[in-house]
Amino acid sequence: MTADVHGSMSGSAGGRWWGHPRARSLIYQIGAVALVTVIIAYFAHNAAVNMARQGIAAGFGFLSREAGFEISTTLISYTPADTYGRALLVGLLNTLVVAAIGCVLTTIFGVLLGIARLSSNWLLRQVTLWYVEIFRNTPLLLQLVVWWDLLRISAPGPRQALQILPNVFVSNRGLAYPVPVGNEIYIWMLVAALIGVSLTILMARWAKRRQERTGEQFHTILAGCALILLPPLAVFLAGGAPLELDKPALAGFNFKGGAIIGPEFAALLFGLVANTSAFVAEIVRSGIQAVSWGQTEAAGALGLRRGQALRLVILPQAIRVIIPPMTSEYLSLTKNSSLAVGIGFADFVSVANTEMNQTGQAIEVIAILMAVYLTISLAISASMNFYNRFMALVER
Amino acid sequence: MTDITHDVSSDFVEPRRGLVEKASEWARTNLFNSVLNSLLTLVIAYGLVRLAIPLFNWAIVDATFSAPNDTVCKAKGGACWAFIADWANFLLFGRFPAPERWRPALVIAIFVALMLVSSRARLSGKALLGMWAAGVAVSIALMFGGFLGMEYVETDLWNGIPLNLLLTIGGCGVAFPVAILAALGRRSRMPAIRWISIGYIELIRGVPLITVLFMATVMVPLFLPSGVTIAKLWRAEVAFTLFFGAYLAEAIRGGLQVIPRGQYEAADALGLGYWRKTWLVILPQALTISIPSLVNTSISAFKDTVLITVVGIFDVLGDVNNAMNAPEWRSAYWEGYSFVALIFFAVCFYMSRYSQRLERSLSRARPGPRRN
Repeated sequence: MTADVHGSMSGSAGGRWWGHPRARSLIYQIGAVALVTVIIAYFAHNAAVNMARQGIAAGFGFLSREAGFEISTTLISYTPADTYGRALLVGLLNTLVVAAIGCVLTTIFGVLLGIARLSSNWLLRQVTLWYVEIFRNTPLLLQLVVWWDLLRISAPGPRQALQILPNVFVSNRGLAYPVPVGNEIYIWMLVAALIGVSLTILMARWAKRRQERTGEQFHTILAGCALILLPPLAVFLAGGAPLELDKPALAGFNFKGGAIIGPEFAALLFGLVANTSAFVAEIVRSGIQAVSWGQTEAAGALGLRRGQALRLVILPQAIRVIIPPMTSEYLSLTKNSSLAVGIGFADFVSVANTEMNQTGQAIEVIAILMAVYLTISLAISASMNFYNRFMALVER
Repeated sequence: MTDITHDVSSDFVEPRRGLVEKASEWARTNLFNSVLNSLLTLVIAYGLVRLAIPLFNWAIVDATFSAPNDTVCKAKGGACWAFIADWANFLLFGRFPAPERWRPALVIAIFVALMLVSSRARLSGKALLGMWAAGVAVSIALMFGGFLGMEYVETDLWNGIPLNLLLTIGGCGVAFPVAILAALGRRSRMPAIRWISIGYIELIRGVPLITVLFMATVMVPLFLPSGVTIAKLWRAEVAFTLFFGAYLAEAIRGGLQVIPRGQYEAADALGLGYWRKTWLVILPQALTISIPSLVNTSISAFKDTVLITVVGIFDVLGDVNNAMNAPEWRSAYWEGYSFVALIFFAVCFYMSRYSQRLERSLSRARPGPRRN
């Protein structure tokens, strides 16, 4: 014992060189690195031997071979005659689209749910509480399968399709909706809207400066809406209001025309948003509760209404608590979109899985999968960290 | 001065009120305290009633509780609980040999008992650990059989709920020591150790579970020397272990981060070396603090185990999907999924409430200011 005590204090156990902390740290590190290297080398060796035996050529050459399988939902043109590489790209784009739309919808829906969890209305509180509990405590894959069956089996067939809005049909073939036929006026409308947005930003700055100087308030939100919406409308009317819709219409057993969102995509999106929102709601709730009650009282004393207090005083402070856990929810939504493989949506993992089965290039395909997901994860983390730092700067 | 400050509270003696008055006052403050809230209450109540009545009719009034096939159910139009009654054994235990089904049933009972005892009784960490380890060992022995006259059962036939439970608890159990090492490694001053730990944790946390599962089921056979094979179930278990390990490591790291520096310094002052300092001083405190997040991680782990159906091993969700292939029960989707959902909800809800209770009692028990 005494030797030990002495050893760790003087840094040399019994004077032997390997007892010196720095020497020991070096030995541990070399040992760990050697162990990891040996394990990887052993696996790599076995893999090389096994693949040679099975006659699989290692490498990424297969990416330029013809894929030969169909993909139902594609954003870029794709036919079975295209390459494996392009098929992967189609899958990746599908994943990215689901993740991007999912994150936006989850944020909106989750924040609303989180605020509703703290409502003074008992019934609303209970409903949101049970929503959160049900979605958090059942497996996501099960939820996705249920959404899928809801859209696929329980939804009416195309002939009995439900018309929820004029020319918007819900059936087991998905959601069919009209799209406007292209017209160059639309580009000018977009330009007008962008000008409106930049004018709104300038106006908001001016309004804030004026309020700081004189205390006078300005209806920024109302004026902003007008600035963004009115110019495109004016352009639209000046251009003769060319509104020609490509409407979906029943032709045989399916819809023709317009655009259609397939039941797989819809099930995946609804499932992910409904599930992740439950987690986001809890984050938002605890973030709001982390802001001390005195802030709410002070806001009330200043004469702010409840909504104003929430928007101007509570949420800006809560957001700093909320951002880090929100990042991990965005990450998990993106990663969970890979459960698409369970409901037959052609996301990145589904496509990769098909390719793995067809080509036998398991190592390469999984390496691509992991590398891509890691890149997406890092990109989301990095941008959220940037946003976090940006928000933290506002702090005194 | 004394004149003004007479006891104000004595002026407001609460009058005795009836239940109706209390209820109406409660409703006024909680349901109808503003125009908007009153509207909201009415809209939600209307929606709930519109939802509840058909649901109640479907689940109870028009439901069929025993029938040979789904034609009767279809005629009545309600839920077909007869499907669950008819297939209960298959849904719970899958293809496990019929005369031996008491074994997986006992495994379920063991785990339910362990969960109840751990959350109700106040036991020391060592007793808990020993209990769970013994429970897992007995369960695996029961599933395998091959002794005491029990028939040997291959891992391919381990289906249903016992599989979900074993994957979760076995996976988390094996992952736990890995996670402790990774969490300690991530905070190590040795760069090589730190980077290996960070590499493992962030690589796993950056990719979806499904890719780790594919890796284990497809790539592991390639990594082994020719002639050596591992059953698919154990390969999947390797994947779950690797995956849960990274998340458990982050939960433990959270606990390690709130241990005040003084604890390390005090242990150093006592002359404890790294391992004894960690084992005797740091870990007992860090693990206690991280129990709620460890429980939460285990809950997600339990829910994640249904992903195993994707690689062709049949857990309870796989069993339900298989059972619905039976021609006489083609239309019993909602009944089957409700069954699975209820099982998971019961376990996860109970455990998450336990974790919340624990968190509250821990935050009360911890003295001193909060430190980061």
